[in-house]
Amino acid sequence: MAGAAARDKRKIGLKWSNPAVRSVVYQAALIALVLYGGWFIVTTTQANLARLNIATGFGFMDNTAGFGIVQSLIPYTEESSYGRAFLVGLINTLMVAGIGIVLATILGFFVGVARLSTNWLVSKIAWAYVEVMRNIPLLLQLFFWYFTVLRPLPAPVDSLSPVEGVYLNNRGVVVPSPVFGESSAFFGIVVLLSLVAGYAVLRWARKRQSATGEIFPAWRTAIAIVLGVPALAWLFGGAPFTLDFPAYRGFGFDGGMRLIPEFIALLLGLTLYTAAFIAEIVRAGILSVSHGQTEAAYALGLPAGRTLRLVVIPQALRVIVPPLTSQLLNLTKNSSLAVAIAYPDLVAVFAGTVLNQTGQAIEVIALTMAVYLTISLVTSFLMNLYNARVAIQER
Amino acid sequence: MTDMASQIQKPREPLSIGRGITWLRKNLFSSWFNTALTLLSLYVIWLVVPPLIDFAIIDAVWTGASREACLGPDAGACWPFVWANIDQFLYGRYPSSEVWRVYVVFALGAIGLVPALIPAAPAKRFNLIFLLVAYPVIAVTLLAGGRPGLPAVDTSYWGGLLVTLVVAVTGIVISLPLGIVLALGRRSSMPAIRLVSIVFIEFWRGVPLVTVLFMASVMLPLFLPEGVSLDNLLRCLVGVALFASAYMAEVVRGGLQAIPRGQYEAARAGGLSYWQAMGLVVLPQALRHVIPGIVNTFIGLFKDTTLVLIVGIFDLLGQVRSQLSDPNWSVPQGAITGYLFAALVFWVFCFGMARYSAYMERRLNAGSRR
Repeated sequence: MAGAAARDKRKIGLKWSNPAVRSVVYQAALIALVLYGGWFIVTTTQANLARLNIATGFGFMDNTAGFGIVQSLIPYTEESSYGRAFLVGLINTLMVAGIGIVLATILGFFVGVARLSTNWLVSKIAWAYVEVMRNIPLLLQLFFWYFTVLRPLPAPVDSLSPVEGVYLNNRGVVVPSPVFGESSAFFGIVVLLSLVAGYAVLRWARKRQSATGEIFPAWRTAIAIVLGVPALAWLFGGAPFTLDFPAYRGFGFDGGMRLIPEFIALLLGLTLYTAAFIAEIVRAGILSVSHGQTEAAYALGLPAGRTLRLVVIPQALRVIVPPLTSQLLNLTKNSSLAVAIAYPDLVAVFAGTVLNQTGQAIEVIALTMAVYLTISLVTSFLMNLYNARVAIQER
Repeated sequence: MTDMASQIQKPREPLSIGRGITWLRKNLFSSWFNTALTLLSLYVIWLVVPPLIDFAIIDAVWTGASREACLGPDAGACWPFVWANIDQFLYGRYPSSEVWRVYVVFALGAIGLVPALIPAAPAKRFNLIFLLVAYPVIAVTLLAGGRPGLPAVDTSYWGGLLVTLVVAVTGIVISLPLGIVLALGRRSSMPAIRLVSIVFIEFWRGVPLVTVLFMASVMLPLFLPEGVSLDNLLRCLVGVALFASAYMAEVVRGGLQAIPRGQYEAARAGGLSYWQAMGLVVLPQALRHVIPGIVNTFIGLFKDTTLVLIVGIFDLLGQVRSQLSDPNWSVPQGAITGYLFAALVFWVFCFGMARYSAYMERRLNAGSRR
């Protein structure tokens, strides 16, 4: 029998009807195609670059940039190098994306919960917000905030001042900036210690509960420690920083710090747009936890707060977190629309100005894409780790 | 038990003020917290809605021949600006003697699309083949021209809603089949095919569309041999289509994962080839599962078409922006009017797609609903 099968196999051998043969042929063909495509692109590109006299390599990164950037968190002047400009753009991208992620998540959770409110009016307003925001292109929203809201603001002399110390004008928003004094370090240490103490209380309570079954109001105690101790330190040790209020003098504002209108428009647009998508994710996540779970928890005698914290939220988060991460990644990638309103992010500075000046399209675009690709891949790697941890354990 | 009995015996309350008050009490004023929320909501509505209606309708200028009409002290939206430029918003600088071609393409699209969307309409297969295969060919031939009787119209003259629709439809028509192939490739048992699919998908999903368009406009020309040049719009179409395919592939993969392996195995055991098993058994079920995801990708693609203005192609939004710099219509509220108009157009398209997808989802789930 076995011999016959082996003979049969040998007989089919190298025929087209053998799936193994077909598989090898298909794969070899695909690899050959990919290699040929790659070779074709590389050789034509080399020929084109030689013909057009375009330099290659990353040597240009050390050359002097020669252009200014309106917003920079690290020292940068026109004499800095292209590499420095790249760094400035990258930091600006990370800054607007980082702040946007925090704000969009908060607003998104808020709207998502409002959408499920039993109050008819609240849920309808949340619905209208979501449907308006997510069906209008982000770029259009950015144009709206930038060109029709922020640019037409009055000149610095006639700044609007809705709150004491905050000024709105067509050069941006000027707000008081904190100045850290001698007590700042002491205050920072107190905050850090109270965080550690709060965490220790949580751990100790969990350990005691699993050992003895006794419940300790750990969260309340921890929050009291984390908020209360620094408050006491503030009260007795004095304020950890003083505020430097801006004042209009001569040609501009003295003191305070200025947020450029491009930054505010981009932040507003990204936050409001992404929050609409996050709201829908949060709503779906909460709805995905079946009502029976809540009822079972009540039947076991868990109070409402603990039901929410121990039963509903962990299960909802399992549904919410993966699409939420992909929305936050979208926000980061969408921050590249900055180029349309001239916020100096990575794309605007590097793939815009630097590309125009050096003409080295391949290096510049490849590096820009590599940055976003790295952010995406690292995030999805972390996401997979999280998913493996929270996945339902089946058999 | 008692609940049910009382429900059966109690006749439906007639529509009355009393019932309205009960509803209000239950939904808006059930507790002090709820009442506070209601009042806060009313305040928010009062802040947003009346000014918007004032600006867009009551104080708006509806007729006029030039900017003077919109210069009143409290004038709202300047709608004559939109009327005066409606041709540009529809098809950009397309030569006026050839505009009939644009209208024919729009009309053919509507004729193909409307019956395709109505489930009861007959000849679905023929209809879809017309829409996905014949229509794009006819549309390109008509719009680009370059044949006897049809003078060529360079794509640099195309603009407005025409370009928005061309980019979106191309993206949709290419991304769906390519996405399906990529999704199948990613689930293939052949390692080389799987690897190529994964790398392709993850690359396009990992980078922003803006950089893809930059790549299409500055890097792609370097990849082509000397003498071969691609039109600017065509380059962007390539970028958008590849970008959309990767997203489509992930949506389709989700659907494929929801189909039990037994379906495929049974189809193969029944003597179907791989492509028959996929095309006749697995994909019809998988795609039905992910119709909402597919439509969401379409909606995203439709909104993303605006990005082509960054590389100098005038889609609807780009055209609105370019008409705003027209000195004949330079009024303070011109920009808001233009953006309001563009937002309305995009909103109608996207919201319409979303509603249609929700309707289809309900229809397709009718069988599995109890």
